[in-house]
Amino acid sequence: MPENILELRDVRTHFALHTGFLVKRHAGAVRAVDGVTLGVRQGEVLGLVGESGCGKSTLARTILQLVPATGGAVILNGRNLGQASRAEMQACRRDLQMIFQDPYASLNPRMTVFATLAEPLRVHRICPPSEVRRRVHELMDTVGLAPRLARKYPHEFSGGQRQRIAIARALALRPKVIVADEPVSALDVSIQAQILNLLSQLCRGMNLTLIFIAHDLSVVRHISDRVAVMYLGRIVELGPAEDVIDRPRHPYTRALVSAIPVADPEVERARQRIVLLGDPPSPIDPPPGCAFHPRCPYAVDRCREAVPVLVPSGPGREAACIRLAEI
Amino acid sequence: MPLLSVTDLRTTFHTRNGVYRAVDGVSFSVERGETLGIVGESGSGKSVTCYSIMGLVPQPPGRIESGSAMFDGIDLLHCSPKQARSVRGKRVSMIFQDPMTSLNPYLRVSEQVIEPLLIHEDVSRKEALRRAVEMMEAVGINDAARRIHFHPHEFSGGMRQRVMIAMALVTRPELLIADEPTTALDVTVQAQILELIRKEQRELGMAVIFVTHDLGVVAGLCDKVQVMYAGRIMETADTRTLFRSPLHPYTRALKRSIPGSQPKGEELFTIPGVPPDVSKPIAGCAFAPRCGFVADVCNAARPEIAEVAPGHAHACVRARAGEIEVGA
Repeated sequence: MPENILELRDVRTHFALHTGFLVKRHAGAVRAVDGVTLGVRQGEVLGLVGESGCGKSTLARTILQLVPATGGAVILNGRNLGQASRAEMQACRRDLQMIFQDPYASLNPRMTVFATLAEPLRVHRICPPSEVRRRVHELMDTVGLAPRLARKYPHEFSGGQRQRIAIARALALRPKVIVADEPVSALDVSIQAQILNLLSQLCRGMNLTLIFIAHDLSVVRHISDRVAVMYLGRIVELGPAEDVIDRPRHPYTRALVSAIPVADPEVERARQRIVLLGDPPSPIDPPPGCAFHPRCPYAVDRCREAVPVLVPSGPGREAACIRLAEI
Repeated sequence: MPLLSVTDLRTTFHTRNGVYRAVDGVSFSVERGETLGIVGESGSGKSVTCYSIMGLVPQPPGRIESGSAMFDGIDLLHCSPKQARSVRGKRVSMIFQDPMTSLNPYLRVSEQVIEPLLIHEDVSRKEALRRAVEMMEAVGINDAARRIHFHPHEFSGGMRQRVMIAMALVTRPELLIADEPTTALDVTVQAQILELIRKEQRELGMAVIFVTHDLGVVAGLCDKVQVMYAGRIMETADTRTLFRSPLHPYTRALKRSIPGSQPKGEELFTIPGVPPDVSKPIAGCAFAPRCGFVADVCNAARPEIAEVAPGHAHACVRARAGEIEVGA
């Protein structure tokens, strides 16, 4: 089995809440990420799914140290990023890059494509100044943009093209791990497919490790090797992508899968749907025990007592539900 | 007679960069109690079609160049403002994609939900409030009598969409126009909202125009579907026919682009290129530059939409001539 390139050990990211205008008082915390333990293997595509507010974006930001973890450790290639010095961190950033959801907001509107792609090369002294130009053109070529577009500004591109620029920027430092936070959610179906193809091509071609965050399960099923389902700051189910989505075990995953509309009228009208009641609970005041129990059709009193941990539920699979055997 | 019948609608936007033909000759009709799905990518003119019917196109820069929208004997595009007011918001209402920007953040929800009743029906505030609470309960808002006095920011996204639906349904409209009402929501909440629209439609017997880019949503909800591209209707058929035997190459391509429908590990099917610039004149078929079946005839003249079977019409000359294999 290939070694884990990235390891998360009981990662917690809480945001403190304050009340009062002049004298700030501590008033609890938003438990955005609340104890995530996960190993990501070299070269795999790990899908991370969940509803909005489940903490998947915060987890992504925590991995990149864009927000500090309040507990646990993020370990990249055996090095704990939370304890790394500035110089060490700078080196680590080369190996760890991110692609954001909104290509309209994540590119600097005052920088040309060339400037955007050349900046990381210069900052990290990836290649001699004379080589920068060639390398930028090479990058643009890799993501399917004509190098003659290098002098253009982001507003001159369509959404799909902008996302290609963002991908090129992430690739500039030849990273080992890329975290993509909903990279195709803002795009139309036909453009979505182009970007997904590009991402999976790049991963295979460069042996990249990709953490792919999305709320669209059918997209995740297609691109990922493994998938982790998050609910209220914790992972509730983990396993091979197709297996988990076709045969979900955890009640939350089941509901999530059943909520995806199927583009076939016969199937769509005949199938049983599990319609969850209510909204996800607030991460400020999570319910005791299993966070899903207020919406879970299988909940019993025991579910209220303790937070369930991930236990093996099949080959390569884990789920956090105490009633797995019974339901 | 259909409840709403739109004929040759053309809506353009006159900007400094040219004239954008957002809707370019669209005709369709909706029967009482029927659900029509309008599907297309962004910029295909599906929202502008609805905005035109509702009189929500800002003029200028927008302009309705031609067409009519007959609703129960009244042409919504050319009637007097007084006539329009008697229909819009009462007999035809609309819900929007983003419930955060379409509710007024300064007003309590109660003010916003009773407003259509106070305008259109001769009821007291008290009676209006009673009916509003009833409607909020019907759309699944617990504790409605108390929560109706909240401001929009005190509701979650899904709850806000329910408030919008309550606001649209409180006058018991005959036609509901829903412009991507679930696009901004999570799938689990989307399932709740779709269930709700289905239930209310059954109870009130209203017709629904449902605009979306998600073919999956259409499959479960709509009786018939029309596919739009670059301001034109490419194909229209009843839902089963459209999914089982789509005839227009664009419909087929759109159907094949859904990631869930394709075997894992293989390259996803993509439509090459990008949608056309609608500010430039398009001589032939708008989809021709991206179409896998393109021939000279496609660029010669604009293909007209024509019926090939009862209720099934499309605008592809080659498919009609039998030159494209069905199911290819």
